[in-house]
Amino acid sequence: MESPVPMVLGALFDLSHPARYLHWHFFQMSVANVVVILLMIAVFVAAILIPFPKRRRET
Amino acid sequence: MSEGEGRSVSPEERQMWTTWVRERAVGALPPEKLLPDRQPAYVSSWIYVFGVATIAALVVVIASGVILGLKGPEWWHVTAIGRFFNGIHLWAVELFFFAMVVHLWGKFFMGAWRGGRGRTWVTGAIVFLVAIGAAFTGYLSQQNFDSQWIASEGKDGLNSVGIGSFFNVVDFGQMYTFHVILLPLAVVALVVWHVLLVRRHGVVPPYPAKAPMPAAPSPPPQATPSEGGAP
Repeated sequence: MESPVPMVLGALFDLSHPARYLHWHFFQMSVANVVVILLMIAVFVAAILIPFPKRRRET
Repeated sequence: MSEGEGRSVSPEERQMWTTWVRERAVGALPPEKLLPDRQPAYVSSWIYVFGVATIAALVVVIASGVILGLKGPEWWHVTAIGRFFNGIHLWAVELFFFAMVVHLWGKFFMGAWRGGRGRTWVTGAIVFLVAIGAAFTGYLSQQNFDSQWIASEGKDGLNSVGIGSFFNVVDFGQMYTFHVILLPLAVVALVVWHVLLVRRHGVVPPYPAKAPMPAAPSPPPQATPSEGGAP
């Protein structure tokens, strides 16, 4: 029996169409690439701001 | 006789190339430097995690790539388990580049080439460029219409910069060899070199804190007429 997961994911993320693009003057980039770049910036900022867990001092 | 690694080295051994290589290697990277137990306090930040995250993703890329290479295109296109490993390979590559770019940004803003770490920076930059080539040849090795389209578009681009005769992207055999042997070997060798350089020179320290603003200068003494001042 085929797993229903691919069907559900396919319904949520329908990729059977040409990529959507953002276009503004000379700037042209697919929405997927813009999302990835924004994610990288968000992760970069979070990595700087979120404190790193400290190891407990040994008693 | 001289002492090397806790034992004496005879003049005959001194002339052997293995002695020379061993002493140079241990001198450059003694074991406590190669596998340190402690790092400076400033390393305690999430921004230092992305280098090792890149290497972890690279391990998954290579492991899944080996399995794909062993099983072949029909397996990775047609069977469920083959498509699963194809997806693992793709998403590991996505994570590899994601982590590598965040690592690059972090090191750029730290000025990670400071303090004699120029080669560390340059090897990292070259790995980035070689990895782009490895990813591109991966697109060409998919064995589907995507790879045909990317090859025909890429050929125009590479011909326009004059390297199309050396790097023929529509030649599947050539591109597949680049993808599964030559470029992965180059990436792994450069990553090993990069990590050894990090071990040798250590993690770059933060920029020094800005010096406090100097006190405002005291006002000049009142000029007197004899000094040519204003009356």
